[in-house]
Amino acid sequence: MFSGFMNWVDARFPASKLFREHLSEYYAPKNFNFWYFFGSLALLVLVLQIVTGIFLTMNYKPDAALAFASVEYIMRDVEWGWLIRYMHSTGASAFFVVVYLHMFRGLMYGSFKQPRELVWIFGMLIYLVLMGEAFMGYLLPWGQMSYWGAQVIISLFGAIPFIGPDLALWIRGDFVIADATLNRFFAFHVIALPIVLLGLVAAHIIALHEVGSNNPDGIDIKKLKDENGIPLDGIPFHPYYTVKDLVGVIVFLFIFSLVLFYLPEMGGLFLEAPNFIPADPLKTPEHIAPVWYFTPYYAILRAIPSIGGSAFPGVLAMGLSIVFLFLLPWLDRSPVRSIRYRGPYFKIALTIFVISFLFLGYLGTQSSSDITFGISNTLHSQIFTGLYFAFFIFMPVYTKFDKDKVVPERVTD
Amino acid sequence: MSQNVDTGKRRFLTAAASVVGGAGAVAVAVPFVSSMLPSAKAQAAGAPVEVDISQLEKGQLITVEWQGKPVWLFRRSDEAIANLASLDSNLVDPDSQLATQQPDYCQNEARSIRDEVMVMVGVCTHLGCSPTYRPELAPEDLGPNWKGGFFCPCHGSRYDLAGRVFLNMPAPKNMLVPPYRFNGDNSVIVGENYEGAA
Repeated sequence: MFSGFMNWVDARFPASKLFREHLSEYYAPKNFNFWYFFGSLALLVLVLQIVTGIFLTMNYKPDAALAFASVEYIMRDVEWGWLIRYMHSTGASAFFVVVYLHMFRGLMYGSFKQPRELVWIFGMLIYLVLMGEAFMGYLLPWGQMSYWGAQVIISLFGAIPFIGPDLALWIRGDFVIADATLNRFFAFHVIALPIVLLGLVAAHIIALHEVGSNNPDGIDIKKLKDENGIPLDGIPFHPYYTVKDLVGVIVFLFIFSLVLFYLPEMGGLFLEAPNFIPADPLKTPEHIAPVWYFTPYYAILRAIPSIGGSAFPGVLAMGLSIVFLFLLPWLDRSPVRSIRYRGPYFKIALTIFVISFLFLGYLGTQSSSDITFGISNTLHSQIFTGLYFAFFIFMPVYTKFDKDKVVPERVTD
Repeated sequence: MSQNVDTGKRRFLTAAASVVGGAGAVAVAVPFVSSMLPSAKAQAAGAPVEVDISQLEKGQLITVEWQGKPVWLFRRSDEAIANLASLDSNLVDPDSQLATQQPDYCQNEARSIRDEVMVMVGVCTHLGCSPTYRPELAPEDLGPNWKGGFFCPCHGSRYDLAGRVFLNMPAPKNMLVPPYRFNGDNSVIVGENYEGAA
C-alpha cells in the first residue's frame, strides 16, 4: 500500500532519492562528538523562530504609535501570548548561542578548510543575515533600547565616507528613526530576510552533503571505502545521527525551557530593562549596550577613536572583524585540519582568540569609561581588538611554521 | 536542423539580450529603491518650531522636538561663558572652523547668537545618541577638571557647554547648531535663519 504510493510519488518527484541522498545513505563520520549537535540544533531554533514569529505577527502592529502597546497586549491579554513572545525572544539568544558554538567547532576542527570553503562561506552569510534579522527584530517592540540601538547601528552606515549620510537616510526612510523605519524593518524581519535565510541554509546543507562532513580528527573519510563504495569510517546519517541528535534536542529543550520559564530576560542580557520603556526620540537611556550577541563587535567599534573628523575607522574595524572570518579558509596554511593534530602555535592562537572574543563581549556590555583591573575599559578594548585581529593577520605565518603532528589514516574513536 | 550553427552570432545575440535584459532589471529596481527614501509627507514635516524661553532659568535646559530630533535650549551662567575660552586647548575644533556644524552667525566662541542662550541639536556626532546634560562642576565620575558640559552615555564622548567636542573622544565633530533666530527677547524660532547683525 505505502510502497505503491511511494512508487507513484517517486515517478513524479524524487522523494525517496532525496531521502537516501541526504539521510539514509548520507555517510557521516562515525566519530562525531558533543560539538556536532549544534548544526541540527540551529535548524531546530530556526523552525522555532519561524513558527513563533508567525503567531506573533497575528497580534503585533508595526506602527510607531501602536507597536509598544501591541507587544504588551501580546504579553498580557493574548492567550498564551507571553509564552510565544518569550519563546521568540529567548529563541533569538539561543540561536546565537548555538551558532557561536557551531562556528567554534568549525574553527577547532578546521571544518572551513578545503574542500569546505563554500560550506563555511554560506555559513558566514547565514551568520550575517542572522545578525540583520536579530537587529531588525529588536526594533519592533519600539522600546527605548530598540530605538537607540537602531539609531547607533544606522548611524554606522552614516559614517561611511561620501555616500554615508544619504545611505543612512535611505535606510531610515525619514530624517530620524520613525514610523517608516519601523514599518520597513518589520517587512525585512518577517519576510525578506527569512526567505534569504532559508535559501542560504539550503545552500549550506547542499554544499555540505556534496563534500561530506568533517569530523573531530579532520580526516577525509572518503579516502578509504569498502567494496560497495561506502566510507569505512562512515555511518548512515539516518538512523544513527538522527537518533543521536534527538538526544541533543531533548537536552537543549530542557535548558531552553529553564531559561524560558525562569529567566526569560536573563538579567537584562536577553531583554534589556530600558526596552520596557516606550521609545523616546528625545532622551537616550543612561547606558546603551546592544544585546549580548553583538557586544564583541560593539567593543571593537568603541575601541577605535575617530580619526580626522570621521567615525569611519571604528566602523571599518567592526566590518573587517567579520570580513576576516570569511577569509579564514585562505589564511590558514596548515595541511592539518583538526586541532588534535595541530602544533602549539595554532592552539595558543585559538585560545587567545576565544578569550579576546569573550572578553570583548563582556566589555561591550560595560560603560567604556569604567576601570577594570586598574586600566580603563577603552584601553582593554583596544588591547583585545588587537589580539582579535592578530589571530587572522598572523595566521598565514603561525599555521605555516607550526609543528603539526602526523594525522592517522582512520578516525580514532 | 542546420549543422553549421553560427556560434559567434549566437554568442553576440545572447550577450545583447543579456545587456538589454539587465538594463531593464536595473530600471525596474529604481522605483523599488526610491520607495524607501523619505516620503513627501516625511519631507514636509520639518517646519520651524517657536519656543518660549521667558521661564528658562540660568543653568536650566529644555528639550524641544524639531524635525524629529531633540533640540536643546539652555541658559548659560556668566561663569560658564567665562570658562569656555579656558578649554580651547583641550578641544578638537575650538574656533568652530567646520562650517557644517553651525550657521555662519554662530561661528564664535560661544557658538550662539546671544552668549547666554545656547541652542543646539542634542545629538552626538559619533553615532547619534543624545548626550546627557552635566552642568555641575567636577563631579566624581567626570573628573576634577569638568567645567560643565555634555556626556554621551553611549560611547563616552564629552562636549563643553558650547557643544564643542573634547580631544580624543569617539565623536569627531562639535554638536550641530541648527538655524534659529530670536523673535523678541523671550522667544526662539528653531529652523528659521537669523538675519542681520546682532
